Amino acid sequence: MDEQKIPFWRDDRVLKIVGQVIVLAVILVIGAIIVNNVSVNLRRLGLPPGFGFLNSPAGFSIGDTAIPYSSTDTFGRALLVGIVNTLRVALLGIVLATLLGIVVGIARLSNNWLVRQLALVYVEIFRNTPLLLQLFLIYQAGFLKLPSIENPLRLPAATYLSNKGMHILWPASSLRTTIALILIVASIILGLILWQRRLKVMELQGGSVGRNYQIAVIALAVIGVLALLFGLEWEAPQFTGNSVDGGLYLSSEFGALLFGLVFYTAAFIAEVVRAGIQSVSKGQWEASQALGLQSGLTMRLVVFPQALRVMIPPLTSEYLNLAKNSSLAAGIAFPDFFQVAFTINNQTGRVLQVLLLIMIVYLTINLIISLIMNGLNQRVQIKER
Amino acid sequence: MTTTTPQFSAPPVNQLGPWAWAKKNLFSSWFNTLLTIISLLLLIWVTTSLLGWALTQAQWDVLPSNFRLLLVGRYPVEFIWQVWLGVAVIAAVGGFSWGVLARQARLLDRRALITLGVLAAIIVVVLALLTNPVSIALALGLLVLLVLTGFAGQAIGRAKPQLGTWLPLLWLVGFLLSFALIRGLIIGRTVRLDDLGGLLLTILVAAVSIVLSFPLGVLLALGRRSDLPVIRGLSVLYIEVIRGLPLITILFASQLLVPMALPPQIRTERVMRAIVGFTLFSAAYLAENVRGGLQSVPRGQSEAAKALGMNPLLTTSLIVLPQALKAVIPTIVGQFISLFKDTSLLAIVGLTELLGMGQAILANPQYLGRSGEVYLFIGLIYFLCCYAMSSASRRLEKQLSAPRRAVEPALTTARPDGG
Repeated sequence: MDEQKIPFWRDDRVLKIVGQVIVLAVILVIGAIIVNNVSVNLRRLGLPPGFGFLNSPAGFSIGDTAIPYSSTDTFGRALLVGIVNTLRVALLGIVLATLLGIVVGIARLSNNWLVRQLALVYVEIFRNTPLLLQLFLIYQAGFLKLPSIENPLRLPAATYLSNKGMHILWPASSLRTTIALILIVASIILGLILWQRRLKVMELQGGSVGRNYQIAVIALAVIGVLALLFGLEWEAPQFTGNSVDGGLYLSSEFGALLFGLVFYTAAFIAEVVRAGIQSVSKGQWEASQALGLQSGLTMRLVVFPQALRVMIPPLTSEYLNLAKNSSLAAGIAFPDFFQVAFTINNQTGRVLQVLLLIMIVYLTINLIISLIMNGLNQRVQIKER
Repeated sequence: MTTTTPQFSAPPVNQLGPWAWAKKNLFSSWFNTLLTIISLLLLIWVTTSLLGWALTQAQWDVLPSNFRLLLVGRYPVEFIWQVWLGVAVIAAVGGFSWGVLARQARLLDRRALITLGVLAAIIVVVLALLTNPVSIALALGLLVLLVLTGFAGQAIGRAKPQLGTWLPLLWLVGFLLSFALIRGLIIGRTVRLDDLGGLLLTILVAAVSIVLSFPLGVLLALGRRSDLPVIRGLSVLYIEVIRGLPLITILFASQLLVPMALPPQIRTERVMRAIVGFTLFSAAYLAENVRGGLQSVPRGQSEAAKALGMNPLLTTSLIVLPQALKAVIPTIVGQFISLFKDTSLLAIVGLTELLGMGQAILANPQYLGRSGEVYLFIGLIYFLCCYAMSSASRRLEKQLSAPRRAVEPALTTARPDGG
């Protein structure tokens, strides 16, 4: 009996290819219909394609700029200002939210009842209300209710607080400051390298050798602190009667967005930290206690490094959320990238081009954060032989 | 002969006196004492400043005069009974499923009684400050309806234990019915979608979007796990691009692009476009949740189905998906909660859902500068809704995971025919 050939309409291999071709065809047809409609509508509205408009003058001013910008600059420059603002708030937000989140997460596990309950209340309140509402509340009922710029609140360390924002002590941009900054960074890097070398030497030779290294590190630390205190040219804000000049100016929109993002994200990070610490088995605590480690050292040297392995993947998604949530700046008129792009869309009507730019920028930011965190994740994983 | 039954007795209860408790939990070391003092000072500072503001400076009269706006927006006043009817349907479905899920236990145990009592107290006290007695009576009536349908659900659930699996369908039907009643599609007058507002719009957008995104999300999850490269590639592309974008971008895109993508003669309401945006957004996240569920189903299940001669379609729809979806119910509830919070972004797009309505009220010169009062109240509403949903989902999670081993065998021994 010769073997029966399977007819092609029942052949699994053929069916798979045909199925995919059909799906692709359906999607292409729907896509073509949509593209056709969009182009018809765009032509009806008289909107030309292309990105040439980025080179024409913007004509609107931006309230809070970290790089020089005036309303005669181009749309492209305005977008760059927006990107810098987004990155500024996202980076600072990630750092501060992580710090606050770790503190609250550890407080959730404190053996002090009151601290535990306060941390729980904090987490529940901030996780169960929308971020936009918190931003509105912080901005409108917080920052805007501060005294006006003619009569600002004076806080210690020459800090002025008004409903326009905050002026804080900041190193002026001068040659002296640059040299001091280089000194500080160099001494930190050198110090870290020496410290690692010292640990290695101690590991190899045993006992507490490496005294020379210790002295060198202390000397570097002294240089760094001296440069920080006296090298930098600190510039204090000056109150001139009806405004404040000098120092670093942080607008109240920036402050509200930063505070909102930090408080909101820290509540989620706190839960990540708590879950991470709880995932470390109890035996690890007990073993390090049996070895005579104090509880602070146990946390730092034994528990936290292990918890970090569990924490980094969810932490990554919280960072991504923070970066994406920074676009809620639109609700409180902070000129972040989205807000600037939206203003440009309103002025020029280039919907598709502006949306494409927004997609590219946010996907790139997300990709960068993911790559960095994945690299970190690989570093903290258990190195098995 | 000498079989001694081992004597089990409960471990000695460690009764700590209040002083001993305080010493153990608050003042066990100098560091702990310091922490206690600092937190106590913080607590006192926050509560006194908040209370001081709330009792002396705040002008709460903005709330009673705008309470209706916050709840239902510009819904026509004379047809407000349509909303009550729609809410009653949801309460009945909720009570019924509560009864079915709690069929083995006493319905009104201490916990339920406390919850109901607190709810009734909140209704009487809070609503008395904010609205008229008729609404209070109707709200209390809803609670009674909840309990009555709870008992009905318990009785029916005991008679037909397999009813539990049909509850999601019941919810879908109840939800559609409620939506139709509120829109006035069955009886009364039809209300335009754009006339809905406040909390009603918030709940509506969140619920419609999650229901609509469900099939799309399941398809995307299956597509991502498919071994056909084109389908997998397209699914991954969609999921990752949507998840990489801020929601506000997608909402703006949907407001601006949906009218452009459609032929010029079709007009869409703004709420409709917002729902499209939320659905597309939510589907990508749902797909990732469902994918987690699919991965939790052991391979043996689909292999066994294959061995029984089922084709891939039947295997997926009858064997794999039901188990996967059951596993992800809690995460889907979690996603609904975050979607519920995310609907506040509609305020930026200019729709008057709960937060947008708050903005609209504050734009009225009569209520200038009352942002603290209005936003705190709105925050309280969000908090109560989200907190209630998350604790309900935690209980649901327990109920769904426990009965497999612990309760169902007891049931089968009690009634051998009731499989």
